[in-house]
Amino acid sequence: MTAAVFFGCTFIAFGPAAALFLLTIARDPLRVIFLIAGAFFWLVSLLLSSLVWFITVQMSNKNSAAQQKGLLIFGVVLSVLLQEVFRFAYYKLLKKANEGLLAISQEDTMPISIRQLSYVSGLGFGFMSGAFSVVNILSDSVGPGTVGIHGDSQHYFISSAFMTLAIILLHMFWAVVFFEACERQKWWSLGTVVLSHLLVSCLTFVNPQYEGSLIPTYIILSVMAGWAFSCAGGTLRNLKLCLTCKDKDFLLANHRPR
Amino acid sequence: MEAAFFTRSTMVKMKNSSRVAGVAVIKSNTGPTEGFSPHTSCPNQNTGVYTEHYGPELANCNNTVWNPLGNGLSYEDFAFPIFSLKDDNQTQVIRKCYEDHNMRMNGSAPQYPLCAMQLFSHMHAVTDTVTCMRRTDLQNSFSINPEKLCDPLSDFNVWTSIRPLNNSIKGHKENESVVIAAARLDGRSFFWDIAPSAEGTVSSIVTLLAAAQALYPVALEAPPQRNIFFTFFQGEAFDYIGSSRMVYDMENSKFVIDLDNVHSLLEIGQIGLRNGQSLWMHSDPVSRKNTTVNKQVTLFIKSVASSLNLSLNEPSATQALPPSSFQRFLRVRPVPGLVLADHQASFTNRYYESLYDTATYLNVTYPSDLSPEQQLEYETEAAKSLTQVATLVARSIYKQAGGEDRFLNNITADTKTVTLFFSGFNIFVLKMCTNMCAPSSSAESSPPQYYIGLRLDNTVKSVTRFVQFILANMTGTVTKLNQSQCQNPKDVPGESKDLYSYSWVSGPVSVNGTTDPYCVRSSVHLSKALSPAFELTDYGSREYSTWTESRWKTIRARIFLVASPQLEMMTLGVGVAVLLVSLVVTYFISSKAELLFSATREPPNTTY
Repeated sequence: MTAAVFFGCTFIAFGPAAALFLLTIARDPLRVIFLIAGAFFWLVSLLLSSLVWFITVQMSNKNSAAQQKGLLIFGVVLSVLLQEVFRFAYYKLLKKANEGLLAISQEDTMPISIRQLSYVSGLGFGFMSGAFSVVNILSDSVGPGTVGIHGDSQHYFISSAFMTLAIILLHMFWAVVFFEACERQKWWSLGTVVLSHLLVSCLTFVNPQYEGSLIPTYIILSVMAGWAFSCAGGTLRNLKLCLTCKDKDFLLANHRPR
Repeated sequence: MEAAFFTRSTMVKMKNSSRVAGVAVIKSNTGPTEGFSPHTSCPNQNTGVYTEHYGPELANCNNTVWNPLGNGLSYEDFAFPIFSLKDDNQTQVIRKCYEDHNMRMNGSAPQYPLCAMQLFSHMHAVTDTVTCMRRTDLQNSFSINPEKLCDPLSDFNVWTSIRPLNNSIKGHKENESVVIAAARLDGRSFFWDIAPSAEGTVSSIVTLLAAAQALYPVALEAPPQRNIFFTFFQGEAFDYIGSSRMVYDMENSKFVIDLDNVHSLLEIGQIGLRNGQSLWMHSDPVSRKNTTVNKQVTLFIKSVASSLNLSLNEPSATQALPPSSFQRFLRVRPVPGLVLADHQASFTNRYYESLYDTATYLNVTYPSDLSPEQQLEYETEAAKSLTQVATLVARSIYKQAGGEDRFLNNITADTKTVTLFFSGFNIFVLKMCTNMCAPSSSAESSPPQYYIGLRLDNTVKSVTRFVQFILANMTGTVTKLNQSQCQNPKDVPGESKDLYSYSWVSGPVSVNGTTDPYCVRSSVHLSKALSPAFELTDYGSREYSTWTESRWKTIRARIFLVASPQLEMMTLGVGVAVLLVSLVVTYFISSKAELLFSATREPPNTTY
């Protein structure tokens, strides 16, 4: 649909993620490294799940539409599970790496906390996942036409962009909750993260009823945002203080030497 | 648009409008009943024989308008692409897209998204031949990787002679007097490479081939006094490319004979629409003012008229010669000659040089229960009519060449051959060629088109090849040479590469699929049909044809829906807004991060 739609959808899909990267991650090289490593882990999980899907599709009956649909659902579920497995693997890797880093660094404290690592790795997963979801669609949107000559909805591009935005942010929140759950051994939280990921992915099967997939996804996004906020150490009180700009007094009041 | 709207008035309106970006015409099989000819009303008026110095009262069709239905559309300059679409499933998709999205509902304008079509037909050449050839020459001289912008139209003429002549010695041949029987090999239409040309070209090719086949055995048995040439000129629709080149070569001793050797010429014009009425013999009144020429032409007419019991007539004595290759010969020398046609004054062909000049127009219809093989053999009225003309041409040429009258009755064209050729050249050349083509010819399953086209790498157009090999098969002899000898017969005693041309033919396919190839020796030759203007590098020549075709990139089209600009701008606006908001919020959060995420620190000691 021309350059206007291309840029519009790119900004929608990658705007918040790019803002987060620029303002919080780009200045710290260690965070950048862990972001890219996280993206790589996601990529490997996608490679494995696509390999499995490709083999099963080759072995299946290509003419049966029901079988293909079933295979697609199987593929999506498998991919989600593999992504979570790799998130866990990355967590384990990071724990080991942190110990190693501590051993060789000259400071006493860890250069990067596990909470920051969870945020960075979640964003890495999100970037890569968003890229794979939406880059093909963006490249098609540059052309002069729009979707719909066979009767499909013409809101395809913009809905895909919003969905991608949601997924990127969700990956970030899931990672925060996930790592927190792994640290505190809260297996129920872990299960909820996996289940919510499955739910969001399976909601996309409702497309082209875009309302049916976007609205629940954004609801889940806000719930996960709240949960991650509290995992990361935020409280309603902090938020209220922040918003009403009473922070200066608060900080001063709380930083009495102990 | 549908084919019914493809008229001059509509196209001129579109040309003058600034809101038309392209036109796609859906072809139909039959043309409008009132006729349609995109060619000019006076074909080749600037390169014919009539000028201010030669027959000024006949120049520019003052005397007879040959193509009154001609609207000159092919000669207009359009700034947008014009495509022609076959009426099949994909065209139905286009129609459906229009009906679903672009039709006016209840008098109000259609709503977005609208159906749009994009036509790609980039042409490298602009303005005219002089400009693009100049630019091509500049590229060739100065660039390491020269980019050609346009190419001259060219192909090959096909000619053969009853008595073989030494082809390596060019120029005047002593004691050779030649009667030339000529026909044209090409046609055109408004669209590129569409030129079914059934009445304009195919009927004359088929007739001349059948005449050659009828004449050869008798001419070998009882050779006439003069030599006989059968020539097929290519590129006649574009200011006589082939005939002007042959005449130029004859003048400059680059052809096997020269103009002094030419005794007379009989040309077959458009003869397909005779419908049992009389055949007209056209001649040039200006050259006939000379008594010797007039006497020879009158004798010629008498010998033609007495050859066969066919109704023949002459048009009025002051009528001009119709556009024909003979005019190029007359420009140089007052050769006595005739042009046979089915029209007295203007053409009977209502679709001259247009895409509707097809076999259907000639009423070539078969009963529906025939297979393609049977269709090739079904004798239509058109084929029978052409057979009569072929017999007439063969006999009159034989007589004109000084052959004796007692052999005349042995010369008869075969209706089966004419039928085979007629169906073959009009509809399916593939089947016809199983017996008679060299193994290198490619198979085509659609009707052959007669547009001359370009010859990159000196390949020969397939129709020209067909005519060449059919003529070789009919007039040549089978020799016992093997393949290597056939390709190079220098060392074989009794064979001469100067006199003859040798072709390795695959032969008929037998029942178990094998072929039995053999070597055919004939005197059929190809001569280059490239306008002399390109030899002389006079790209703005007024004497010769200067037609070129532009180089182009892939020609394709696609349809899609286009969204409203408001929606697009809104998407962009939303995107920018999301980006800005997220930047602001992120900055806010990151600057207040200490505060926001502080709940995990040890709670401060409160003092009461």
